[in-house]
Amino acid sequence: MMSTAKIKAAIIGPGNIGTDLLMKAMRSDVIEPVWMVGVEPDSPGLARARDMGIKTTSEGVAGLIPHMKADGIKICFDATSAYVHAENSRQVVEQGAMMIDLTPAAIGPYCIPPVNLDAALASGGSNVNMVTCGGQATIPMVAAVSRVQAVAYGEIVATVASKSIGPGTRKNIDEFTRTTARAVEQVGGAKRGKAIILINPAEPPLIMRDTIHCLTVDAPDQEKITASVHAMVAEVQRYVPGYRLKNGPIFDGNRVSIFMEVEGLGDFLPKYAGNLDIMTAAALRTAEMLADKMLAAAKSA
Amino acid sequence: MNIANKNVIIHDMSLRDGMHSMRHQISLAQMKTVAAGLDAAGVPLIEVTHGDGLGGNSVNYGFSAHSDEDYLRAVVGVVKQAKISALLLPGIGTVDDLNMAHDCGIGTIRVATHCTEADVSEQHIAAGRKLGLDTVGFLMMAHMISTEELLVQAKLMESYGAQCIYCTDSAGYMLPDQVTERISALRDQLQPETQVGFHGHNNLSLGVMNSLAAVAAGADRIDGSVAGMGAGAGNTPLEVFVAVLERMGAKTGVDLFKIMDVAEDLVVPMLEEPIRIDRDALTLGYAGVYSSFLLFAKRAEKRYGVSARSILVELGKRRTVGGQEDMIEDLALSMAASK
Repeated sequence: MMSTAKIKAAIIGPGNIGTDLLMKAMRSDVIEPVWMVGVEPDSPGLARARDMGIKTTSEGVAGLIPHMKADGIKICFDATSAYVHAENSRQVVEQGAMMIDLTPAAIGPYCIPPVNLDAALASGGSNVNMVTCGGQATIPMVAAVSRVQAVAYGEIVATVASKSIGPGTRKNIDEFTRTTARAVEQVGGAKRGKAIILINPAEPPLIMRDTIHCLTVDAPDQEKITASVHAMVAEVQRYVPGYRLKNGPIFDGNRVSIFMEVEGLGDFLPKYAGNLDIMTAAALRTAEMLADKMLAAAKSA
Repeated sequence: MNIANKNVIIHDMSLRDGMHSMRHQISLAQMKTVAAGLDAAGVPLIEVTHGDGLGGNSVNYGFSAHSDEDYLRAVVGVVKQAKISALLLPGIGTVDDLNMAHDCGIGTIRVATHCTEADVSEQHIAAGRKLGLDTVGFLMMAHMISTEELLVQAKLMESYGAQCIYCTDSAGYMLPDQVTERISALRDQLQPETQVGFHGHNNLSLGVMNSLAAVAAGADRIDGSVAGMGAGAGNTPLEVFVAVLERMGAKTGVDLFKIMDVAEDLVVPMLEEPIRIDRDALTLGYAGVYSSFLLFAKRAEKRYGVSARSILVELGKRRTVGGQEDMIEDLALSMAASK
């Protein structure tokens, strides 16, 4: 089928994340990236986007707004920082677009695509938040356990390569631990959540590793949890092929532990940075689900 | 080595690093008794928290018998002259935990990162200073990088406001010359008003020797614990270190016989197992592995039938860092499966 009808999108933030997202979006059947928005005229990210045939502005969101309606932009991705996100979001939503937030600002509902995408979109708001890299990698597993039986406590440990953690995250690492822990509860379904992030500088850089510990209320149903975990891994692999179950689930009393490794596609970001890849892949997956709905609505109208 | 008349600030680790040896199960009554004993012996600084610092209470590191808040409130109430400190590893604990500890009445906060990742400590060091706390930057696994690289990280922490910078030998891997080189460089290159500290582990039986080397090279603060409690083969045994310093004419303000008695009468009876350099603890020091991995590797050996030593050696090869306790079970499962 020729997909002439694609939903047009803009990416705000031409850094590593924005560029990786752009490369993924260029392959999409339902999303067409049209604009890349930056603030530095000589930004290498904007130059890369121009080379890929994308319109660019270095005047920030203000430079995008006058073109949004004319170019039919329906979805914006924000890959800048929490500090400017609220204002970016306000402006593009005013133009009738949906905002997918890759910053830790979290003004919209948390969205972990295989767990709560429909609910996050159904809430009717115009902004969804992609939580954190550690959240995208681990919350599907917490949910895989909590959909079988009640989880009193969920704890995730994300270990990432030093080279994959940018200055923004480093300056406010508490935001990662707090936001992830909250989403382990709200989206993962654990009564209480905790998140730990560890940074390892080994060379060659290590592939992102994640450990998920759940304490179930009653004795864990080993067979059902194992099946649920494998099914969820397959769900995530639809948009992150390098999402791998290394070990587990293992059962020790009421403890259920799952050991994951997340390798990225290596589009713009290196393969070891599965933590960043899973963010851009989840954001695009969210956009594609939204686009499917928009296209279906347009067809039936 | 001439350290006569040097002042050395002794920082006790029994109730924080020592929590590792006790699987974080020290009771409130034990905490109070030991802290009161240390206080009466003249130890000026006593650290109290979960072994992995504020917020360390977890499946990954083990749940402690009580919360950090309960421990801190209990201990702050029994000391007369000593100041209480807390440890905080960004990524595990947060500024919220720091605020709680401040509210409990701590005087010192020590913000710990892996030796190459000082820039994750900026918000916590700044918060410590803002609260008016004596704020320390604690660079862990300092054997893994060169002195020059360590200096860059130390200066970052200093620029965020840390008033004292530690060279932390978390694996008990350093040899005395390496300690001398690192501490000398920190002393020379940091601001004169910034203090320098050394934290050792006794995995190669070099706790006292390395601490002496640190003092001779200009360190102001030295960590240790009574009866050598602590992760791996424990920290520098304080009663021994104080005796040696006294013989060498250095000044600590600690009463030697009183601290000996704290070790012998209060701490030794509480230990579940003697602190000694068994082959697994020795492997930590030999292979350069984070000391608190010890008991996790021993448990994995029991459960999965893979020797703790082979797990620890592999963790050293993979250049794991502090906090990666989850790798131990993961690795043991993989090693058991490939047997």
